[in-house]
Amino acid sequence: MIPINWYLILSAVLFLIGVLGFFTKRNVIALLLSLEIMLNAVNLTFVAFSTQHRQISGQVFVFFVLVVAASEAAVGLALVIAMFRNRESLNVDRSNLLKW
Amino acid sequence: MDSFSILWLIPVLPLLGAVMSGFFGKRLPKNVISLIAAGTVGISFLIAIREFLAMSVALEVPIIRNYFTWIQAGRFVATAGFMLDHLSGVMILIVTGVGFLIHVYSAGYMAREEGLYRYFAYLNLFVFFMLTLVLANNYLLMFVGWEGVGLCSYLLIGFWFTRKAAVDAGKKAFIVNRVGDFGFILAIMLIYWTFDRIDFASVFGRLGPASSFAVEPLGSVGVLTAIGLLLFIGAAGKSAQFPLYVWLPDAMEGPTPVSALIHAATMVTAGVYMVARSAVIYNHAPGALFVVAVVGVFTAIFAASIALVQTDIKKVLAYSTVSQLGYMFLACGAGAYAAGVFHLVTHAFFKALLFLGAGSVIHGMGGIQDIRKMGGLRYYMPWTYRTFIVGTVAIAGIPPLAGFFSKDADLWGAWNYPHYGKLLWLVGVIAAMFTSFYMFRLLILTFHGSPRYTEHDVHHVHESPKSMLIPLGVLAVFSIFAGFVGVPRILGGSNYIEHYLSPEGNEVSESLGTSSTEALVMAASTAAALSGLLAAYLFYVARPELPQKLARKAQAMYSILWNKYYVDELYDAVIVWPIVRTSREFLWKFVDVFTIDGIVNGIGTLVRWSASGLRQMQTGYVRTYAGWILLGGVLVVVWFLR
Repeated sequence: MIPINWYLILSAVLFLIGVLGFFTKRNVIALLLSLEIMLNAVNLTFVAFSTQHRQISGQVFVFFVLVVAASEAAVGLALVIAMFRNRESLNVDRSNLLKW
Repeated sequence: MDSFSILWLIPVLPLLGAVMSGFFGKRLPKNVISLIAAGTVGISFLIAIREFLAMSVALEVPIIRNYFTWIQAGRFVATAGFMLDHLSGVMILIVTGVGFLIHVYSAGYMAREEGLYRYFAYLNLFVFFMLTLVLANNYLLMFVGWEGVGLCSYLLIGFWFTRKAAVDAGKKAFIVNRVGDFGFILAIMLIYWTFDRIDFASVFGRLGPASSFAVEPLGSVGVLTAIGLLLFIGAAGKSAQFPLYVWLPDAMEGPTPVSALIHAATMVTAGVYMVARSAVIYNHAPGALFVVAVVGVFTAIFAASIALVQTDIKKVLAYSTVSQLGYMFLACGAGAYAAGVFHLVTHAFFKALLFLGAGSVIHGMGGIQDIRKMGGLRYYMPWTYRTFIVGTVAIAGIPPLAGFFSKDADLWGAWNYPHYGKLLWLVGVIAAMFTSFYMFRLLILTFHGSPRYTEHDVHHVHESPKSMLIPLGVLAVFSIFAGFVGVPRILGGSNYIEHYLSPEGNEVSESLGTSSTEALVMAASTAAALSGLLAAYLFYVARPELPQKLARKAQAMYSILWNKYYVDELYDAVIVWPIVRTSREFLWKFVDVFTIDGIVNGIGTLVRWSASGLRQMQTGYVRTYAGWILLGGVLVVVWFLR
């Protein structure tokens, strides 16, 4: 059996990729994709621990995360469309109204 | 005495009238308002007569009616109840009787006034509170009436509220009265602390000869003297005694019938009533009584001397009122409570008469109050003139009118007072001479001689309407005859009122002095009155140039009197000015603007300043927010992995 450390390392690497993507990309869709990567990194951790500790709740939690991720994708894409309609651009750096 | 009693109706009827005029008066025609106002007081007067007669055949006096428990807090109990005895009986007759006449008079005097409903609402409310004051069976309920009449006095002085002088006078009256009321409140607390009760029957019962209640021995200075002095501070405020008299002359800014009812006949005598009511306490506090007598006689001569040179018809009468109240306190202080109340009664008649007469003059002159601009009015106002003569002779103390008997009773009481009684008497007689002089001066300058006004000032001098003249006539009749209830024994009378009022006051000092002394004392006060009359005649009829000569010769004295001893200026400098300055410079500009506003604004500035730094965190870029979230997440993780 593969030790859990490998899973965790993989998960951490994936999460880091997601974070880096989130902070470096300017396209909104790329940001959403980065978000999905981070969520799935977390899912991987859940599943790994679930197998390790022989407890089903970790896997159940993953389903919830999937549901939330799906909803988030739906809402997020809708927002992206709305944003594009307003600004004819998907560059997040051009949407900076959320401030003082 | 369990027969059907409608005592409570006496004050409640004027209250009803006040409610009706106050709430619905704006929509009612003026004659209906007048009818309601005068009618309720008139019916009260009839009931008062009925109750008064019922009391005189009652087996046991006082008649006490407790209606409900007003305040109950632990062992402290105050009931709302009335007490009818000889003293309060006389008072309710005066208040409702004179009050009724003045209501009738007001209907004529104020007929063209826009705020008539407001006027009558206040006036009826005043009668209600005054009746509460005199009928109350405990000190606290008395205090309610006491404050209520003060409120109505304030409202009515400032009735013409568009005139600054009237508003200022109202405020002055209210504020000066607060000083006295403070003394009264302290006295009530001290009474409760000492006696555990505040109703008259219990308090006086515990001071009675048959009581085993431990009070300080007679003659020692202690809590009873303190109570007496504090009560007198209250009385001095309400009854305009030195040094709290300053509000009364200013109160003449109100309508003249108000001056007659509140500031001459009834409210200002409340202090005398209170001292007479508390006679049992005062009899145990000779020191307090001495203070009452001295302040009384000093006020009498002080105010009388100011009145000598005043030129406003109402101001003369106002200082005269202060002076006459001084006589009442002189008598009370000398232990002759009955004489003080007797003078209160006669004074209510003739001073109300004089004020209403003055009102009639002002009415006829179209608002002029300066007696230097009058003269010769007797041809135009024959009935006002005749009744005014009656009032003048009565107040001057010329026999056989009412003022003679009552003033003589006061002075006779002072004469018999063991502590410096003769000196007090002498000062009183001099004040009587002054009284006679300034009143005849007023009479001569107003009604005699040739007119000093021009047609330009006054268009048409006219006699007042019947509704004003009839009260004048009735009051004149009483001013002539009211004295006969107190004819002293030496003149063949029985001094009925002195006996009548003595159960509440003192045992009458019948045996004091010999009858020849009494005759001499009486002759002296009559001589004083006549010399005042002669002096006025000399000064203003026989040799009219004399007053000005004298004024020039005694320039300093004249200007002191003319400026009322500079008391108002002194109060302004010593009390008003420091308070205003402290309020403005320290309390307002330092405490309020600098300190309190500074703290509040400082907090605001601090928040604004720190926020202007903190808000730089919010750039509007998604990346920044994500960074903060990441930082937060890392911190949480670090916290748990620590």
